[in-house]
Amino acid sequence: MAAPATLTQASPPERKSVSPRLSHLQLLEAESIHILREVASEFERPVMLYSIGKDSSVMLRLAQKAFYPAPIPFPLLHIDTGFKFAEMLTFRDEMARSVGAELLVWRNEAAIAAGTNPIALDTKRCCGLLKTQALLDALRHYNFDAAFGGARRDEEKSRAKERIYSFRDSAGQWDPKNQRPELWNLYNARIHPGESIRVFPLSNWTEMDVWQYIHEEKIPVVDLYFAKERPMYIRGDALLPIEQTFVARLGEKPQLVKSRLRSLGCSPCTGAIRSDADSIPAIIAELVSFRSSERANRAIDHDQEGSMEIKKREGYF
Amino acid sequence: MAAIAAPTFSIKDFLAGEREKDLLRFSTAGSVDDGKSTLIGRLLYDTQSVYEDQVRSIQGKGTTAPGQIDFALLTDGLRAEREQGITIDVAYRYFSTARRKFIIADTPGHEQYTRNMATGASTADAAVVLIDAGKGVLVQSRRHAYIASLLRVRHVLVAVNKMDLIGYDETGFRAIERDFTLALNQIAEETGNPVEATFVPVSALVGDNIVHRSTAMDWYEGPSLLELLESLPPAEETRTAPFRFPVQRVLRPDHTFRGFAGQIASGTIHPGDKVTVLPSGRSAKVARIVTYDGDLAEAPAPLPVTLVFDLELDISRGDLIIAADSKAIVAKSVQASLVWMNQRPLERGRRYLLKHTSQIVPAFITAVEHRTNIATLAREAADTLEMNGIGVVAIQLLRPIAVDAYRDNRGTGAFILIDPETNSTVAAGMITAAGSAEQIGAPVDTWGRITPGEREARWGHRGAVLELSGPAELIDSVERSLFSIGVVSTRIETGDEAFLLHPGLMPIVTNLQVQSGLLALVVTSNEGSVLVARAEGHELTLDAANPGQAIAAIHRLLRETAIFIPSEKAGL
Repeated sequence: MAAPATLTQASPPERKSVSPRLSHLQLLEAESIHILREVASEFERPVMLYSIGKDSSVMLRLAQKAFYPAPIPFPLLHIDTGFKFAEMLTFRDEMARSVGAELLVWRNEAAIAAGTNPIALDTKRCCGLLKTQALLDALRHYNFDAAFGGARRDEEKSRAKERIYSFRDSAGQWDPKNQRPELWNLYNARIHPGESIRVFPLSNWTEMDVWQYIHEEKIPVVDLYFAKERPMYIRGDALLPIEQTFVARLGEKPQLVKSRLRSLGCSPCTGAIRSDADSIPAIIAELVSFRSSERANRAIDHDQEGSMEIKKREGYF
Repeated sequence: MAAIAAPTFSIKDFLAGEREKDLLRFSTAGSVDDGKSTLIGRLLYDTQSVYEDQVRSIQGKGTTAPGQIDFALLTDGLRAEREQGITIDVAYRYFSTARRKFIIADTPGHEQYTRNMATGASTADAAVVLIDAGKGVLVQSRRHAYIASLLRVRHVLVAVNKMDLIGYDETGFRAIERDFTLALNQIAEETGNPVEATFVPVSALVGDNIVHRSTAMDWYEGPSLLELLESLPPAEETRTAPFRFPVQRVLRPDHTFRGFAGQIASGTIHPGDKVTVLPSGRSAKVARIVTYDGDLAEAPAPLPVTLVFDLELDISRGDLIIAADSKAIVAKSVQASLVWMNQRPLERGRRYLLKHTSQIVPAFITAVEHRTNIATLAREAADTLEMNGIGVVAIQLLRPIAVDAYRDNRGTGAFILIDPETNSTVAAGMITAAGSAEQIGAPVDTWGRITPGEREARWGHRGAVLELSGPAELIDSVERSLFSIGVVSTRIETGDEAFLLHPGLMPIVTNLQVQSGLLALVVTSNEGSVLVARAEGHELTLDAANPGQAIAAIHRLLRETAIFIPSEKAGL
């Protein structure tokens, strides 16, 4: 049976004192860790959607904290559309290795082979195939019953009403009118076979909280977040990364622009911003002075009014 | 294009300031026309918490005069809401001032009001109640104050809105203050929870006393609504209460470490403190408080930590660890205030699952003691509670759990009820009193012989035989896993002398048990590496090295053979 509970330590453990008043980041961290532990304990096969972005990086650190000194008790899943920046994939593999987590990668190979891209189709149908369909296929393939996502309620209007445990029917779909009430910190994890729950442990974090936490905790993030001279197609106000050649319109030539990405998505649909912010404090300073929501340069959110809500109904995160 | 930070801005000072900020959660409630969305939009806009592209996306839309921004549009998220011009669900909003961060739980007032308000209030430290200065105290405002008080939201800020429409008249404001203070006193008496109320005259549309103090009302010398929100004491002071720690998970990375992970619900813990584990009642001393960032010398609520004890105790998820010098009640029955949240009304005698801290226990409601009419505060006799109904009930638990009264501890006094057939969250509960196993609520008033349907409705399964052969320890775990979800089972060892002597006895015994609705476990222990499970012609061979998967597979088998009652057969 169980081993004795106490052991003599070779050296006394570090003692960390706690300030009399907890900061907002400590309180947000506490809430998220509680959620991570609940899900790991109540579901048979949870998985963490790992998208390589800053929110995923924070979520991963919170998972390390939640189960320390034990390893993270669930795998990471990356939905690879084939259009991710090369730096993102390198970062992903290093990150999974350094935290010792199992990394699963899923691609909708059939759609990728068929040449699916957001210009040949439209962004909505492209996302539908390469993200939503791939995600649903992966969840079904591995039989996952709970999937963590790094989405925050402050990102987009329809997210403001999302639950922390977001119930999805057996087709993976979200019905905003039929969500379970969520009170205190008591989450309802009961599902029937085939149904699943998307879990958002960062629901109550804002973009500013995420950056401050990355700063305080020294969490590594992809280099694309930091300003650098990068070749871009300049189209009106938009800066388009040159990662995929089909993005270019006739006669467009890339120019070097000091720029960075504010959120990481697929290269054809993620615009960069002009910026000099080359460190995390500089990014935070930029954020303070800068009043545009971070998804504003993602093509997918403003195809049409309520587009995020429509995608979520269909099974998108 | 990114603006450059002003030269006076110091990122170092900014980050140092941010580190000091705490967090306050508050709820708001109101209907379409009392200006609640305008008030929230104004708070967000005037604290620069709205992004320019969001403002651009609503400019020139909405119902306000040309040139004015319709702040309500900032908060109406869902397509269906924009189409219908109403708010359907609780929405969460975030803003921040130089002193603190805020989370608003914004609840709609018209549809499913009680359910949404209770959801918003459950995590709130304060409630902002809106009163239309031109209309005075309406049922809506009383309802919100009642729910805030019931859920123990200590601070109520009463925003008397649309003061501009009554010419900033002090007499009108004072009359509302008088009326509503009276109502709040009655509410506090009914719920037993004190309410601290502060009144502010505001105009959300114009911006008077929302963020900035108004110059239009010399007679009001108090702070603006935002100043009040900034000055309220931070998140309910729980660190001085008795220590409570519900165990979420046992961490055993290797043989040298065994720790219990959870979030401190109340109190403060130190290495060397003596604690008691409930329901077992065993005691131990805290040896270490482990976190990823190093061991702690002290940990207050609500920090998540992992505790290591000086002795080996059998502790599992759902146990409550408390300070040894404090008392929690190990209850087999509770009395509770209930907010009903489902279309299907409360049914006495029906089996629900009660989720309390980190555990689930089967429960049934034995009596509805009364229903409260929120409009009149009258207590009415009732047999049931319907959607949005609030009342006091007696609940019987199938297994004892350690609880506190909700008035003493929000974390260990709250629970939700789940319908095991639909898996919906059907009610929110707040424990008002708890009794030991002997105190049983009013009997269920059904006559005649107990039918198989009644047994199924209560137990959640029908009678059946489950044959298990494999390692004894794994069979014990299977049995315990069934027990923990409320399965009523018996255990028969095939090696028992009585059955060896009388081979015909086994089917007679199991038949009787199946007819009585019991799940008969017919067990053969061996030293093998597999567990074989058989039920109703289905057979599973499971790897004994992976107990978690084996147990899950057996539960699935019981679902698929409909031994666990499926949802289509609801309401037998």
